[in-house]
Amino acid sequence: MTEIAVRPTPSFGEVVAALNAEGALVVQPRMGFADPAVMRRGLLATRAARATTVGTITLDSYTRLGDHQAVRQAMLDDAELNGYPIVDRDPATTAEMLGGVLTARFPVQVRHGSADPRQIIRTLLERGLPATEGGPVSYCLPYSRMPLELAVDYWRQACEMLAESRDSGAEPHLETFGGCMMGQLCPPALLVALSLLEGMFFWQHGIRCISLSYAQQTHPGQDEEAVAALQQLSRRFLPFARTHVVIYTYMGVFPRTFGGAMELLAESARLAVRSGAGRLIVKTTAEAHRIPTVGENVAALEHAADAALGALRRAAAERTGILEQAAALVECVLGLDDDLGRALVTAFARGLLDVPFCLHPDNAGRTRGFLDAAGRLQWQRIGALPIADLVEPPAGERLTSASLLSALRFVQSGFDDRFGARVPRPVLEAHTARGPRLRELGSMS
Amino acid sequence: MTLETVGAGAADCRREVLLTGLSSDAHTWNLAYLELLLEELGCRVTNLGACVPDAEIIEACRTRRPDLVVISSLNGHGRQDGLRLISALRADPALAELPVVIGGKLDVAGGGPHTAAGLLAAGFDAVFEDGAGLTRFSSFVGALAPRPAAPLAVA
Repeated sequence: MTEIAVRPTPSFGEVVAALNAEGALVVQPRMGFADPAVMRRGLLATRAARATTVGTITLDSYTRLGDHQAVRQAMLDDAELNGYPIVDRDPATTAEMLGGVLTARFPVQVRHGSADPRQIIRTLLERGLPATEGGPVSYCLPYSRMPLELAVDYWRQACEMLAESRDSGAEPHLETFGGCMMGQLCPPALLVALSLLEGMFFWQHGIRCISLSYAQQTHPGQDEEAVAALQQLSRRFLPFARTHVVIYTYMGVFPRTFGGAMELLAESARLAVRSGAGRLIVKTTAEAHRIPTVGENVAALEHAADAALGALRRAAAERTGILEQAAALVECVLGLDDDLGRALVTAFARGLLDVPFCLHPDNAGRTRGFLDAAGRLQWQRIGALPIADLVEPPAGERLTSASLLSALRFVQSGFDDRFGARVPRPVLEAHTARGPRLRELGSMS
Repeated sequence: MTLETVGAGAADCRREVLLTGLSSDAHTWNLAYLELLLEELGCRVTNLGACVPDAEIIEACRTRRPDLVVISSLNGHGRQDGLRLISALRADPALAELPVVIGGKLDVAGGGPHTAAGLLAAGFDAVFEDGAGLTRFSSFVGALAPRPAAPLAVA
């Protein structure tokens, strides 16, 4: 009998690269449902969407926190969970949910947001889902009070578990969340640096297929420059990894109108294409109001894919110093310790990395971002960041509660004002607890 | 994100305010905003941040002796988490008279008089429901007795 070489399952990164090579931007939802039947329907609808897609299983927030008693109680009470509780669903249920869903062109990524992801990673590997995301900094500082040193150790163990799973055939994939810190008002150079540092941490602990995130901020030109810096620095600092950039549609206060939300989504798709990113994680028009339905997710994927078709790769981005700032931040951290985990802990302890408006006890809290007159996100205070020779924060600028509020709402109000008048489309909500009802998304403000 | 602007103009009072989120709530922009607002109202603010366990809040009350504790909650668990915290806090005789207020989206049903009454009965000094604006909150802070000046305080 002739031995047939078994082609190993392509990794998440290989699939994205192959789909990009066909000329498509890969678009992906943030979808997660507690009910296995709805989760399955969501994945199949994502796969069938008129767009080049990969799938998502987002876990619920009790699973994120490791509160499995609360998960099981909610499942017993038939209470609503805000995602799929993969750890507490029995393996047969998850296998049935996934049956026939995964293909060589349609991998599924598990999204969770956990500062201690060990049990989640162990479970998703057992379920045959070796693509996930997160990071020791990005899932610790904004969403927990866990000491950073502890999160670094948990993420090291999680990376090692993922890396070991390579022996069983599938190449694991890990995406950094560091390019999305706080959702808004973190200057792009720090987002780029944190995304790279988390990617390098993954590499140091055995991950070879990595994606680097960057969340759309307030100014398209500035975002293009930031993504160009991320790509250039990934070639310098992660030369041997398989990498792609993943753009997140704006994560701050979202437009309330249908027209505003659709245009912001389209803008993020154009950013992805212009900057040569491989993948886009979309938001829906329901985002400002509630958890979106399957139909709203599919509509967002198709709208993003349509917008991407009309955009062209830009040859060169503007240069205002994001590359230099990000490089200085990364190099400073790398110089602190050969072990990147320890270097990250030291960097935050000394304020050499310092995330604006982040209240975690291990964040120094001496930096601030602000929006300049052109809508670019700039440094107002740099604290001890090692970029003093690269930026000139404005003198005498005072942040007030009113100016913080208007900065937080800058994107929302801008897109609502310019595009909110577009005719709202009635949306049938099929799975609210109160049953189907018609809601005019555009009229809600 | 549901924040409201208020007009300036409150008098400088230099009260010590302890600002915090509750154990199950990861929202932080509300806390960043309130820190600035309280500073504009003349307060010195200690911001404990998000996801703070009850024991840590109570310990900070004991050691810092604030003039006011402000609790902000947006995740819909504010009522149950707040009731649990206030009963533990009021159980300490040293904290029985400490002014403690709570505000935000306090339950998943959108609050209402029942929620506020329950929190007041349990020991909160005031409840500020989301959507009602911050004028009443600012007035409450402004009406607190000024902190006696320390002998060697630097203005």
